[in-house]
Amino acid sequence: MTEPTIIGLLISALFTENFVLVKFLGCCPFLGVSKKIDTAIGMGMAVTFVMAIASMFTYLANEFLLIPLNLEYLQTILFILIIAALVQFVEMVIKKTMPALYSSLGIYLPLITTNCAVLGVALLNVQNSYNLLFSILYGTFAALGFTLAIVLFAGIREQINEKDVPESFHGFPIALITAGLMAIAFMGFSGFSI
Amino acid sequence: MKKQSILANGILFENPTFVQLLGMCPTLAVTTTLQNGFGMGLSATAVLIMSNILVSALRKIIPDKVRIAAYVVIIATFVTIVQMVLQAFVPSLYASLGIFIPLIVVNCIILARAEAFASKNSVGKSALDGLGMGLGFTAALCVISTVREIIGQGTIWGISVVAAPLEPIAIIGMPPGGFIALGIIIATINAIVKKRGGNK
Repeated sequence: MTEPTIIGLLISALFTENFVLVKFLGCCPFLGVSKKIDTAIGMGMAVTFVMAIASMFTYLANEFLLIPLNLEYLQTILFILIIAALVQFVEMVIKKTMPALYSSLGIYLPLITTNCAVLGVALLNVQNSYNLLFSILYGTFAALGFTLAIVLFAGIREQINEKDVPESFHGFPIALITAGLMAIAFMGFSGFSI
Repeated sequence: MKKQSILANGILFENPTFVQLLGMCPTLAVTTTLQNGFGMGLSATAVLIMSNILVSALRKIIPDKVRIAAYVVIIATFVTIVQMVLQAFVPSLYASLGIFIPLIVVNCIILARAEAFASKNSVGKSALDGLGMGLGFTAALCVISTVREIIGQGTIWGISVVAAPLEPIAIIGMPPGGFIALGIIIATINAIVKKRGGNK
């Protein structure tokens, strides 16, 4: 992608290059927090929120701090610090101002620090040399792609729980195979050239 | 705990990938070929040993409230070192692992061991635990990547092993195959463990 358009970015982040199913970023919460649709939606919203803000701050830090000082090799350390601080900050703000939202999102927030999709999107923004607007958009769209995948997956898992699955496949293995089949379905989108 | 049992715990009984189901992203993403899986395993092992040693050495100094942040900084430092070493000495591996090298920082295995083991045990034991868990992770990646490389590309370590009439099944080497192969491997291990348990 040399000169991405906003629509192209949206479609590729949602479908053709879905973060979870194609790029394998954010698999831990995808597999861990997807037993119920409600929790999956909560997690998806929290991730979207953090990824959009994190994309902005890591872009600014990279552009105005690391590049002028020639310290690009500190990217990983600085980005993860920004993300950890941001998650903590968001948690405090939500707790103070929106207690209702906090009670539904609160438990997912600490988990997001170690969600590799967040650090992944920050690093990909730099790799693709997106500008500020595209960094934020990419962060948001990628997180929406994550939400789409995790909500669909949770829906399927709720159904599987009631089915008769071979004993050795109980729980995690059948979830992985389900995810694999979903990934095949998402490969169907890869023919689109944007 | 005895030293041998710390090692054996990491490699077998509490294998981070197959038993604890941690660190799924790199497990699924880099296991397309044995070389990649092995390289990723060793890189993570190096980070795991070094971060366990430092976390354990500093366990009485780090205040409890900021411990997670401190662990993350320690881990990120070692990941950056490993990243530079790989870039300098094995550029081909560096290129094929790509973004998943910096993402070792958020590999939950490493943070989990810092929190669950290194922050409570001596430096020597923590180093052993890091080695055991790291080798367990490496072994798991090697198993998965061998299966995927043979089925997906018909090769092991780049050497062709599948004879002419058999065609490799390309999808196993692609993203969906990662999920499916890992699911079947874990189910197989479950079945074996169950059978062994039943025979006792």
